[in-house]
Amino acid sequence: MADATRRIPPLRTVVTGVASDAHTWNLLYLQLLLQELGHQVTNLGACVPEDLLAEHCLAERPDLVVVGTVNGHGVRDGLRLIAALRARRELARLPVVIGGRLTTDGRTTPAQVRRLLDAGFAAVFDGDAEITEFCLFVSALAMRHAAVP
Amino acid sequence: MTRMTMATAVSFGARVAEAHRAGVLVVQPRMGFADPARMRAGLLATRDADAETVGTLTVDSYTRLGDLAAARRALENGEPLNGYPIATHGPATTRAVLADLVDQGFPVQVRHGSPAPGAIIDAMLEAGLTATEGGPVSYCLPYGRTPLAEAVEHWRRAADRLAALQDQGAEPHLETFGGCMLGQLCPPGLLVALSVLEGMFFAQRGLRSVSLSYAQQTCPAQDLEAVAALRRLAAEELPGIDWHVVVYTYMGLYPRTPRGASAVLAEAARLAVRGGAARLIVKTEAEGSRIPTIAENVAALEAAARAARRATPGAEPEDTGLYEEARRLVDAVRELADDVGTALVRAFRRHILDVPYCLHPDNPRRSAAAIGADGRLHWTAVGGMPIKPDPAARVEPLTASSLLHALSYMRRVYDGIDVS
Repeated sequence: MADATRRIPPLRTVVTGVASDAHTWNLLYLQLLLQELGHQVTNLGACVPEDLLAEHCLAERPDLVVVGTVNGHGVRDGLRLIAALRARRELARLPVVIGGRLTTDGRTTPAQVRRLLDAGFAAVFDGDAEITEFCLFVSALAMRHAAVP
Repeated sequence: MTRMTMATAVSFGARVAEAHRAGVLVVQPRMGFADPARMRAGLLATRDADAETVGTLTVDSYTRLGDLAAARRALENGEPLNGYPIATHGPATTRAVLADLVDQGFPVQVRHGSPAPGAIIDAMLEAGLTATEGGPVSYCLPYGRTPLAEAVEHWRRAADRLAALQDQGAEPHLETFGGCMLGQLCPPGLLVALSVLEGMFFAQRGLRSVSLSYAQQTCPAQDLEAVAALRRLAAEELPGIDWHVVVYTYMGLYPRTPRGASAVLAEAARLAVRGGAARLIVKTEAEGSRIPTIAENVAALEAAARAARRATPGAEPEDTGLYEEARRLVDAVRELADDVGTALVRAFRRHILDVPYCLHPDNPRRSAAAIGADGRLHWTAVGGMPIKPDPAARVEPLTASSLLHALSYMRRVYDGIDVS
């Protein structure tokens, strides 16, 4: 019984937009969602340069980075962002996910998703419908963290 | 006197004022394409639409943020951009895009969203364009993280450069985006105050032709009161200036059904005509899911013009205190400094202004708002602003689901699926 009621420790998460994307409602939504799932959130807001994100992650060492973008430049900016993070040895294993609306025509191709995953994203959530998948991903990550002694 | 090339460009403000006097609403798209040929085709289609139109050249987001290298790379690699990279194509290309348009009396406005518009202003002036929009607060706080004090400095220079053209026979026009902050969930009193304050900022820099924006929100009666308050404040604060009000069709989550989308657009056109606005920025049915085509833009322009022709001007708005709220905010900001730009920076630092749900580092982030059961926007927290929260509004902490509910309010109402 004790195990069943034991709280899963909160993840320390960072919510961020990509460098060229000024939209913020999506970021506010992700912040509230993560907080309701019980996690801590630092919301860096819109138009975050890759270096600022990397510096923040080096200083704060979060458990998860959530990239939200809807302006259609998400694939290109996402590749730049993940390259900047993976270029820092200390951040090589930091889980980073991306989601929203990633292309100007509203359709992300399987090849584009593959490129993002190959570049180092742990998951790609394309479109509104994948919010449940995102929540499942976060919960699974939190459980894995809790299982690590 | 030698007339400079600028003098050949048609005056945006005079053209809109002329249509307004004739009782015709000017409608305008939010169009921008990376490819010059397509951009030109879009402007020609706008001009030829069955409506009183002005053209739009919307700049891509790399150029807006000053990342001209990224805009150039995308052009060279043939990758799609979400607008026209005006500082990358060069003046000759842009002049070719505009040939027989601006110089033949069809005004084109450059729309961008840049807190540091120097390169965009350079490029538009080189191409012979003199109408644009923006503002030190409205193009800074909602769009990124440029410090507000820097944006004020950039916009001082931009306004000064435009104002200097007045000595060369041109009549440049600058529109404030202040009435559109974040597009949604900002109570109208603050939108009206910011629109007027930015208009005053432009006038203080010497500009003689400005427009004041207001974005359609969730309640037609509240919007009508807001547009009336905006016109009253503008008349009081901008003496001797040529000004008009521009209404933006709802900028938040748009209905998904064609019927819902056209109903929101028609409501915006009605608001513009009944409220005495001179110009309307339209939205297309495709807007919610992707960047719309030229044909979709033309269809929206013509639908808005039809709705405007059916509406009657001169509606008497109710008075729920919206003008007084905006007036209090304007007065409190003006007390902080003679220079409007300096006053705006101090106002955010001292929490006199506080835009709800704006994540910018210089925004106090202590205010909050909600859509009431009556469909109106209400303050639920005002932070340090010299106004009162609405006692009738239920104060409930925002959750992910209540945020989505509020953001999708117009979609639900106009798609006819509101079950609340």
